[in-house]
Amino acid sequence: MRIGVITFPGSLDERDAQRAIRIAGAEPVALWHGEHDLHGVDALVLPGGFSYGDYLRAGAIASVSPIMAEVIDAANKGMPVLGICNGFQMLTEAHLLPGGLIRNESGHFVRRDQKLRVENADTAWTANFTANDEIVIPLKNGEGGFIASEDELDRLEGEGHVVFRYLEKNPNGSLRDIAGITNDRGNVVGLMPHPEHAVEPGFGPDTTDAMRSGVDGLTLFTSAIAQLQAV
Amino acid sequence: MPTILVEVMPKAELLDPQGKAVSGALTRLGKSEFTDVRIGKRFELTVDGPITDAVRNDVQKIADEILSNSVIEDVVAITYPEAE
Repeated sequence: MRIGVITFPGSLDERDAQRAIRIAGAEPVALWHGEHDLHGVDALVLPGGFSYGDYLRAGAIASVSPIMAEVIDAANKGMPVLGICNGFQMLTEAHLLPGGLIRNESGHFVRRDQKLRVENADTAWTANFTANDEIVIPLKNGEGGFIASEDELDRLEGEGHVVFRYLEKNPNGSLRDIAGITNDRGNVVGLMPHPEHAVEPGFGPDTTDAMRSGVDGLTLFTSAIAQLQAV
Repeated sequence: MPTILVEVMPKAELLDPQGKAVSGALTRLGKSEFTDVRIGKRFELTVDGPITDAVRNDVQKIADEILSNSVIEDVVAITYPEAE
C-alpha cells in the first residue's frame, strides 16, 4: 500500500504525514507539486503548512499547481485524498470540497489540543472510527474559519458530509463548529486539525493516562489503508 | 503598457478580522468617527499589447476564478485604462 504526500513550496508537515503513514502500516511516497505524476500511489495526503506564504488566499496558488490536475482527476475517480489544514484549504480552492476557510474570528493564530466529534464514520479516512467517537488531536492555524452559504451548510449537514465537529471550544469561528468535511463519494476529506501529529506515544496530545500519549490521529490513516486493502 | 485594475473585497456579510483589527486601532487612537474598516485587495494587471475583447474575457475569467474566491469574496470592480 503506497500513500503519496505532496510537497508544495512552503509545506511544513509533509514529513510528519509521511511518518504517520509509515506508523499506520503503509509506504509513504514523496510527491512534488511541479510534476504531473502521482507515481502510482493508492491514496494521497495534502499536508499542512503555508504554501506560497498564504499569498493571494491560503491554498489558492497551490491549488493550481501542475500536480493538482492529476489530484483532481484521481479524486474524481475515487482515490482517497486527505487534506490537512493548508491541504484542506487547497481542496476547497480546487473545488474538490465546498466552502472556504477564512482568517480566525479572533484574529489570532491558535494552537491547542482540540477535542473533536467524529460525525461521519463512513468516509475513506474515518471508517475505523465509530460515529460520535470523541478524539483529541492538535490544531494550529491562523485561517481556519470554515464558511459556506446557509444553503450549502444545510446540504452538508443533511447529507452527512460534516465529518468532524469542534467540541468544547470553537477555536476559529467555523460556522456550525465544522472542523472537517467530505465530498459526495466520501473519498475526499479535509480538516483543519492535524491527525499526523497524534500518531505516536510520546509526541501526541496529553491524555488522562499519560503526558503526550494521544494517538487518536492514527485512525484516519489506518482507515484509508483498511479501505484500500478491502478493495 | 496598459494596466487593468481588479478590486476584490471580502463578502459584506462576512466578518473581516483584518478590518476589525484596524478599526480597533483607530478607536484606540481616538478616531472614533470611523465606525468600520474593511480591507480588500487591488490587483494591477499589465498587458503587453492592446486590450482586445479576448483580453477582457481573460481578465473577467482570471478575476472570477483566480484573483477571487466567490465563496468568501466579491470582485467589486474591473477598471480598464482610458483609450488613448
